[in-house]
Parts: sequence; structure tokens; C-alpha cells
Amino acid sequence: MAEETKATTAPAAEPAASGERPSGDRPSGDRPSTDRPSGDRPSGDRPSGDRPSGDRGERRGPRPGGPGGREGGRKFFRRKKVCKFCVEKIDAIDYKDYRLLGQFVAENGKIVPRRLTGVCTPHQRRLSVAIKQARNIALLPFAGRAS
Amino acid sequence: MNRTYELMFIVRPDMPEEDQDKLISTLETAVTSSGGTMKKVERMGKRRLAYTVRKFHEGIYLLLIVEGQGDLVHELERRLRVTEPVIKFLTVRIDEEQKRLDKVKKIREARRKAPPAAAPAEGGGETAAVTA
Repeated sequence: MAEETKATTAPAAEPAASGERPSGDRPSGDRPSTDRPSGDRPSGDRPSGDRPSGDRGERRGPRPGGPGGREGGRKFFRRKKVCKFCVEKIDAIDYKDYRLLGQFVAENGKIVPRRLTGVCTPHQRRLSVAIKQARNIALLPFAGRAS
Repeated sequence: MNRTYELMFIVRPDMPEEDQDKLISTLETAVTSSGGTMKKVERMGKRRLAYTVRKFHEGIYLLLIVEGQGDLVHELERRLRVTEPVIKFLTVRIDEEQKRLDKVKKIREARRKAPPAAAPAEGGGETAAVTA
């Protein structure tokens, strides 16, 4: 484990060459020059362009200073998104309130993931339940543009 | 031990008003005969549906809040299923949710009353507590 912490701090010190990834998901010591049996390891060397968004190994938990979230290619800092429900103190997420729910539904009708909307987990769960109820009663579409 | 349910259903858009009333009163008798109470009836009017249901693009939404035992829902849904103008229904149990909301509200009220000096105005006190 000590070796892994050393490994994570070292690349964090150097500015990310391709800028993609906080090096949170390297399974074990990552000196790029070590000879690894497989040539094209997706998460092996950092400067290898875009990485598949990863659950490679275990996540190191949220990295506060890293460039935004795991968006895949954002260098700039994302402003801290706050949960709309926590801020406005909306307790009950009602399925009848289709206008509110419609803000968390994409153009094609899909539920937007919470990393994009900034909703906190318990509210996202309740929101998801409410959206599904609204879909069932034809207040929101299952697929397609919401009228 | 009575449970509160919210029953929303959609009837076809060309259903006349008195038929709607008849339907509601039928449901009401079903509710009271099985020992429940009808708390509220709300007509939400004609709305455009998000998708086509039984070849209809619009529907009249009706909402009932009833209180009763568990098998009351079975009975009501059975009736709605056989009623021809009803094209969709959804039953949600709301007493647990109501309990949770009341608890949260109570905690918030207690927090508001408890620190008298720290909360000069209610809004100021709330935001201070939240941002802390």
C-alpha cells in the first residue's frame, strides 16, 4: 500500500501530460518504463491519449484537487455543483410535478446522471423514482422529446 | 392501521363530466364500504399525454387520495381496470412519505425555535445552519 501511495503522489506532482486523468486508478506501481508483459495496457502509461473511462482496479475515492470529475478530457476546473434540492430545501419530490422533473431529464427522455446535475445521492434516488412514476402515468415520456 | 394512498388515473378525453362524477361516486362507495375514507378528489383537467395510450393523445387526469386498508387498493384498481373509459392508473402509497416529511419538518421547527439568539431572522438562521 505504501508503494501505491508513493506511486500516486509522484504522478500527481508532475503536470498531467495529456491532462486526462487523475491518476487514481493505477492498480500498482506505475513507473512507465517498467516492462510490462502486455504492450497496450489501457491504463498503463499516462501519455497515451484518451483513456477509457475507468473502473480499472479500485477507485481511490474522490480527489479534491483533480481536474473536475471523471468526465473524460476536462482540464478546467468544474465549479462545485450543488444539489438543487438541498439548497432549496425541497423535501418531497412529487411525481406530479413534471416541470421540476423535466429539468433532470435529457432531450431524449433519459434520466440525467447525477454527476452532470450535481444532485446528491438520496435526492437522486427519490428523483429517479419520481421520474419513473411520472413516466408510468404519461406525464413524462419514456423516450423522445418531452412535450 | 390505516394507510394513505394516492390514486391517479386517466380517462379518455371525450368522457362527459357527469360520467366522471358517476365514476368518482362509484369509487367512493367502494371506499366507504370497505371501511376507508376518501380524503380528496382533484380534477386536473385535460392534458396532453407524453405518449399514446390506447390511441389517445390527450386525457383527463383525476386524482383521489384515499385512506384505508391494504386490500382497498386491490378493489379500486380492479374497478378501474374494468371501467372502459379509464386508460391508465397509478397508485402510490403516501403515508410513509408523509411521516418522513412531518419528521423533517418537526426537526426544522425545533431547530428554528431552539437557538433564539443565533437566529435573528428565520431565513438567516436556516441558511447559517445549513451552510455550517
